[in-house]
Amino acid sequence: MATPQRRTDIGPPHYEKFLHPIIKNNYGKWKYHEVLKPGVLVHIAEGGDKIYTVRAGSPRLMSSDFVRLLCDLAEKYCDGYLRFTSRNNVEFLLANKDNIEPLINDLSANGIPVGGTKNTISNIVHTQGWVHCHSAATDASGLVKSVMDELCDYFTGKIELPHKLRIAVACCLNMCGAVHCSDIAILGVHRRPPKINYERLSNLCEIPSIIASCPLAAIRPTIIDGKKSVEVDEDNCMYCGNCYTVCPAMPIANPLNDGVSIWVGGKVSNARTAPMFTKLAIPFLPNNPPRWPEAVAAVKNIVEVYAKGAKKYERVGEWINRIGWPKFFDLTGIEFTKYHIDDFKYAGKTYRTTTQMV
Amino acid sequence: MSDSKTPLLDELEKGKWPSFVKDLKKLAQRSPKAKDLLGQLELSYKDKMTHWKHGGIVGVKGYGGGVIGRFSDAGDQFPGAAHFHTVRVNQPSGWFYTSSALRELMDIWDKYGSGILNMHGSTGDLIFLGADTDNLEPLFTDLSNADWDLGGSGSDVRTPSCCLGPSRCEFACYDTLALTYDITMTYQDLLHRPFFPYKWKFKMAGCPNDCVASIARSDFSIIGIWRDNIRMDQEAIKEYAEAGLNIAADVVNKCPKNCIEWDGKALKIDDECCSKCMHCINVMPKALRPGEDKGACILIGAKAPIVEGAQLSSVLVPFMKLEPPYDELKSLIQRIWDFWDEFGKARERIGECIQRIGLGNFLEKIGLEPVPQMVLQPRDNPYIFYEEYFEEE
Ligand code: HEM
Ligand code: HEM
Ligand code: HEM
Ligand code: HEM
Ligand code: SF4
Ligand code: SF4
Ligand code: SF4
Ligand code: SF4
Repeated sequence: MATPQRRTDIGPPHYEKFLHPIIKNNYGKWKYHEVLKPGVLVHIAEGGDKIYTVRAGSPRLMSSDFVRLLCDLAEKYCDGYLRFTSRNNVEFLLANKDNIEPLINDLSANGIPVGGTKNTISNIVHTQGWVHCHSAATDASGLVKSVMDELCDYFTGKIELPHKLRIAVACCLNMCGAVHCSDIAILGVHRRPPKINYERLSNLCEIPSIIASCPLAAIRPTIIDGKKSVEVDEDNCMYCGNCYTVCPAMPIANPLNDGVSIWVGGKVSNARTAPMFTKLAIPFLPNNPPRWPEAVAAVKNIVEVYAKGAKKYERVGEWINRIGWPKFFDLTGIEFTKYHIDDFKYAGKTYRTTTQMV
Repeated sequence: MSDSKTPLLDELEKGKWPSFVKDLKKLAQRSPKAKDLLGQLELSYKDKMTHWKHGGIVGVKGYGGGVIGRFSDAGDQFPGAAHFHTVRVNQPSGWFYTSSALRELMDIWDKYGSGILNMHGSTGDLIFLGADTDNLEPLFTDLSNADWDLGGSGSDVRTPSCCLGPSRCEFACYDTLALTYDITMTYQDLLHRPFFPYKWKFKMAGCPNDCVASIARSDFSIIGIWRDNIRMDQEAIKEYAEAGLNIAADVVNKCPKNCIEWDGKALKIDDECCSKCMHCINVMPKALRPGEDKGACILIGAKAPIVEGAQLSSVLVPFMKLEPPYDELKSLIQRIWDFWDEFGKARERIGECIQRIGLGNFLEKIGLEPVPQMVLQPRDNPYIFYEEYFEEE
C-alpha cells in the first residue's frame, strides 16, 4: 500500500475470502445437520465432510478488544474462522471435533455462554437506546443485559423449552429491530406529546415539514410571539416522535412518563403457521435502570407460563392461538385493559365476531 | 466502589450474560471517547432520558450515506462524546470473517474512533460508534485501502444482507451469498447516494424458515422455496422413529395442511397440498429435504410501524429461478424503482405506496399479471371500481 488513496464504490470484500476451506469445498453440498448439544452443531456434507459450529452469545455492543478476544479464540481452535449470526451471536467454525470442549471451556472462562440453538432463547436482537439514539424512550443494552442475566439458563439449554423463543428490544416505536415479529418484544414507549421549545423551533426547523411529519395530522401552524410556529393537538398525538425526528426543538423524551411495553406472540418463520405480528400484553412498565426489575419479571413470567403450558413445537403465538387470549391473560395474571383494544385504523378487524371464545 | 463515577452502570457488571459495561470500562482505560460515553450513559441512567441530540449532516466526500452524525447535549461535561458519529461498514455476505480481517478492521477503528462497535446493526452492517468529524475522511481512506466500503443510510438502497444459505445450511434453495454480493455490487451507486423517496431494504433468506426475518424487515424479500416434491429417505425416517421421535404427534399432527401419512413403516406426503412450511423438514433434516426444482418467492413491502403501521411483505412473484446474472430479478427491481420514482412520496416506504395506489394498480404499472397467490382471498367488499364497460353506440 504505497499511496494512501481513497477508493470508492468497491463494495464489501467477497465473502469467499472468509470461508473455511471445508465450507468452500462443500458449498451447496450440505446433506443434513445435527445438534450435538445446545450451542454445538455438526453439518455433514454429501461426501461425508463435517464442519462443527460452536455458537456463543455476544453483547452486540462491544469493544475492539472483545473482538480481538474472539479472534484469539478463533485462531487457537479453528484457524481463525468465525462468523456472526442474524441475532448477534458469534459462531466458531471448527474442523476438529476435539477442539469443541476446550473452546467451550475457554469461552466460559471469559464469561461467554454457549447455546442459542434449537429450543432455546437465543440472543436478543436490539437497538441503540440511550447509548446512541436521540429518540430512545429507554436503554436497550442495559435492559437486554438484565433480561439475559435472568434467562441465561434458557440460552444455554439448561432449561428446555417447548420450541425456540425469540426476544427483541426496541427503544422506541421506530423499531430498528424486528420487534414486531418476535415471540416476546420489549418496546420503549413515550406517553406524552412533544414539548415545544418555541425559540429554537423558529431558528432550527421548517414549519411545513414539521406539519407533514405527523401521521395523525395533530400539528397545526400557529403564531407565537409574532413568529410562525406550531401547536400540537395533544388529544390526537400518539407520541410517535416523528415530529422530533424532523425538528430537534420538539423533544419527546420525558423521564417521568417514558417506560416500556411488553408484546407477545409474533413469529417470522413460515413453519406450520404463517408469520405473525406481536400483540400487546402489558401497555406500560416503568423505566427503572440499571436493572429494570419490573420488565425482567414480566418477561420471565411469560416465559415460564409458556414453558409450562405449550405443546412441543408450539411457538408462543401458536400456543396463545390454541388456548385463546382470555386464557393467556388468565394464566399470566396480566390485567386486560382498555389499552389492549385497538383503536387505530381498521381496529374493528380485531374485535371478536364469533361466539367461539378460545 | 464508592469513588466509582458510574455506580448505576456498575450494577450491570454482575450476572451471567457478558457485560458490555465491564468490556467498555476496560476500553475506557485507553479510549477517552469510550470513557465519556460511559459517563454520559450513566447520566442517562440517572436522569432516565437520552442525552443525544438529533445530530447534523456529516459524511465522507462523494457519499450521501454510510455516516450518520451524532452529537451529545452534554458535550461540555463529556467532551469525548460531543461528536460521536456512526460509521456503517458493509459486512461480507453471511457475516463470515477471518480473524486477520477483523484485526485489521479493529486496528483501523481504534486509530480513528472510540473503539466501540456493534456486531452487527439490525440491517446487517458493522456499526462503528463514535468517530469525530475530522477523523471521518482518514478513517474512510484506511478502510477503503483495506478493501472495505461503507453501507447505506438515508433514502437509499440499504446494505443488503442474507442468511448463510448454501455455505452451511442444507435447506438453502438458492445461493443467498452470491445474490447478496451481486446485488450489493450492482447497486453500489444507489447504495451510497440517496436518490429514493425513502429507504429500500433487500434481505435474502434461503428457505421459508427465514432466519434473517426478511418477510418482516425488508422492502424486497427474496425467500427460497421449491416447486416439486419433498425428497425423502425412508430409511432415515425409520431411524428417527427408532431413536424415539414421535412422528405421529410431532410431524403428522403438526403439518398445517394435513398432508402427511405415517403407518409406522413409510411416510407419504401429498405434495400437491404441501404449503412448503418447512416444519417436517426442520424436525427430520436427515430424512427430508426440499425438492430439486428450487428458486425463490419474491415478496414486497415489509416495514416497521413508522409511519402508517407495520406491514409484512406480500407475494409479488410466487416462484422465480435465481441464477446469475439474475436478469429477470433485476428487470423487476428496475420496473418497481421506476414506478416508485414516479408515484412515491417522500418518507413513504414502497409498502405504503402500494397500499395507497392499490396492489392491482401497482401490478399494472410494473407489468405483472395478477395471480391468486398474491392474496389470501379475493375481496369480500363489492365496491369495485370498474375500468371496462360498454359505451352506447
Ligand atoms: C422454525 C424454524 C426456524 C426459525 C423460526 C428460525 C429462526 C432463526 C433465527 C431467529 C436465527 C438467528 C439465530 C441466532 O443467532 O440465534 C436463525 C439462524 C439460523 N438458523 Fe434458523 N430458524 C428455524 C429453523 C432452522 C433450521 C431447522 C435450521 C437448520 C437447518 C436453521 C438454520 C439456521 C442457521 C444456519 C442460522 C444462522 C443464520 C445466519 O445467521 O445467517 N434454522 N434461525
Ligand atoms: C425531514 C427530515 C428528516 C427525516 C425524514 C429524517 C429521517 C430519519 C430517519 C428515517 C432516520 C433513521 C435513519 C436510518 O435508519 O438510517 C434518521 C436518523 C437520523 N437522523 Fe434524521 N431525519 C430528518 C431530519 C434530520 C435532521 C434535520 C437531522 C440533523 C440535524 C437528522 C439527523 C439524524 C441522525 C443523527 C440520525 C441517526 C441515525 C443513526 O445514528 O444511525 N435528521 N432520520
Ligand atoms: C437517532 C436515532 C436512530 C439510531 C441511532 C438508529 C440506529 C439504527 C441502526 C444502527 C440500525 C442498524 C443499521 C444497519 O445495520 O445498517 C438501524 C436500523 C433500523 N432503523 Fe434506525 N436509527 C435511528 C432512527 C431511526 C428512525 C427515525 C427510524 C424510522 C423512521 C428508524 C428505523 C429503523 C429500522 C426499521 C431499522 C431496522 C432495519 C432492519 O431490520 O433491517 N431508525 N437503526
Ligand atoms: C359480495 C357482496 C355482497 C353480497 C353478495 C351481499 C348479499 C346480501 C344478501 C343476499 C342479503 C340478504 C338480503 C335479504 O335477505 O333481504 C344481504 C343483507 C345485507 N347486507 Fe349484504 N351483500 C354483500 C355485501 C355487503 C356489504 C359490503 C355490506 C355492508 C357493508 C352489506 C350489508 C348488508 C346488510 C346490512 C344486510 C341486511 C342484513 C340484515 O337485515 O340482517 N352487504 N346481503
Ligand atoms: S428503536 Fe428508536 S430509539 Fe431505538 S435506536 Fe431505533 S430510532 Fe433510536
Ligand atoms: S409525536 Fe407523533 S403524533 Fe405526536 S405530534 Fe409528533 S408526529 Fe404527531
Ligand atoms: S433461512 Fe433457511 S436456508 Fe437460510 S439459514 Fe435459515 S434454514 Fe437455512
Ligand atoms: S412442509 Fe409443512 S405443509 Fe409441507 S408436508 Fe411438511 S409440514 Fe406439511
